[in-house]
Amino acid sequence: MHPEDKTGIVGWGAYVPRYRLKAEEIVRIWGFEKTVPKGLFIIEKAVGGSDEDAVTIGWEAARNALMRAEIDPKEIGAVFFGTESKPYAVKPSATIIAEALGITPVTMASDMEFACRAGSEGLRASIGLVASGMVKYAMTIGADTAQANPGDVLEFTASSGGAAFIVGPREEAAAYFEGSYTYVTDTPDFWRRAHSHYPLHGEGFTGEPAYFNHIINSVKGLFNKLKLTPDDFDYAVFHQPNGKYPLRVGKRLGFPKEKIMPGLVTPWIGNTYNGSALIGLAKVLDQAKPGQRILVAPFGSGAGSDAYSIVVTERVEEKQRLAPMVQEYIDDKVYIDYGLYAKYRGIIRRITG
Amino acid sequence: MVRLSISRHWREKGAYYRLEGIECLDCGKRSYPPAPVCPHCGSRNVRRVKLPRTGRLLSYTITYSIPEGFREYAPVMLGLIELDDGTRLVSQLTDTKPEELRENMRVEAVLRRVQVDGEYGLIHYALKFRPHRPGGRKE
Ligand SMILES: [Zn+2]
Repeated sequence: MHPEDKTGIVGWGAYVPRYRLKAEEIVRIWGFEKTVPKGLFIIEKAVGGSDEDAVTIGWEAARNALMRAEIDPKEIGAVFFGTESKPYAVKPSATIIAEALGITPVTMASDMEFACRAGSEGLRASIGLVASGMVKYAMTIGADTAQANPGDVLEFTASSGGAAFIVGPREEAAAYFEGSYTYVTDTPDFWRRAHSHYPLHGEGFTGEPAYFNHIINSVKGLFNKLKLTPDDFDYAVFHQPNGKYPLRVGKRLGFPKEKIMPGLVTPWIGNTYNGSALIGLAKVLDQAKPGQRILVAPFGSGAGSDAYSIVVTERVEEKQRLAPMVQEYIDDKVYIDYGLYAKYRGIIRRITG
Repeated sequence: MVRLSISRHWREKGAYYRLEGIECLDCGKRSYPPAPVCPHCGSRNVRRVKLPRTGRLLSYTITYSIPEGFREYAPVMLGLIELDDGTRLVSQLTDTKPEELRENMRVEAVLRRVQVDGEYGLIHYALKFRPHRPGGRKE
């Protein structure tokens, strides 16, 4: 018995903006080799419009989670918002979303920062708050309008999107938590200083010492804690900085491609940073059957990874149709060129005001 | 396009964020934005209600002459919308372009940026309407 197993996901939701930029357009603009997108397994990425940011993206994901939870928003006692594209350096985003969804004023609310795993830290905190009885429901949101230096290889994947989960009592849940495990170290793989528009990454650090080391340790730690093996899981969802890494880390942990593909979204929408693994989890919940077991392991640079074991309940099917599914957002798309992308994402600097 | 004052936006966040309007307890009609007096019959006997977030586009207008501060949203499309409960309102349209717009198309409210006060000022959020995206149930 672990404290986690008193809690579960009572509502989940995702959001992917409508606009798409093809990887071949970035090849054309910045003079990359044509084989680069294939090497990253990235076909196209989602781009938020001019009036979208992490708050508006998080709002729509959270609205979808509320539609599936079918609860009074006032019963939510904590709202965690994980992002690395906060619209304000100082002024919480969580309160804007909580206010707009009618959750305020009697709630905790805060923004989390841990590169791409801040939203996942919010999920572990939510589980703790609900399991202890301090709140009945807690919401965690991971959303980003990911930045990348134009012309950097990161630009192929850095994209916009988000996901949200409402944690509540296991009896009401579409899936319950069996256990969770976190593994963090100080690793300089990726960072952005306070006044910089774009992040930098430590060449040679992003793969082995960061992504692979932390995910493998969190997942193996979870396996040991729960006495489970890859054969016990029907799905495995990992952080998705590109399409290749999750398949590679899964293989090293003993998961076949068939268990990873249902939750793989980056090749078609890009890396939504805090949304990445969480949108993958939402997509798996959109199609999961009662009794199935899901492994999810987000990762954030700096660096750390959480691993969760989640078991689907018979309530999942009634909730699946209550809000738009991830695949529907992926399929509903409008292609734009690099010029519009640059305008939408604020890459073109203008004098205003 | 009117510049929003900080205090007015804060006072009316229920209307801007959650589509709160009023319902008249005398004539029964609903209206938006919220006001102390029913625009249909003049009664002051009104209460706040949350309006439905979906409806249809009755008509629209497209503006190409844009005041400074809104250029990234150009062309600005304004729609006359009838919500599913019959309430009519005017709202900015988003995630669309003039050639996609048609009368009677289904639309839904989404939270978006409506005004950003330069590099250092406030970012104002409010609901806009976009063509209904597939999936989910109708609210
Ligand atoms: Zn009246």
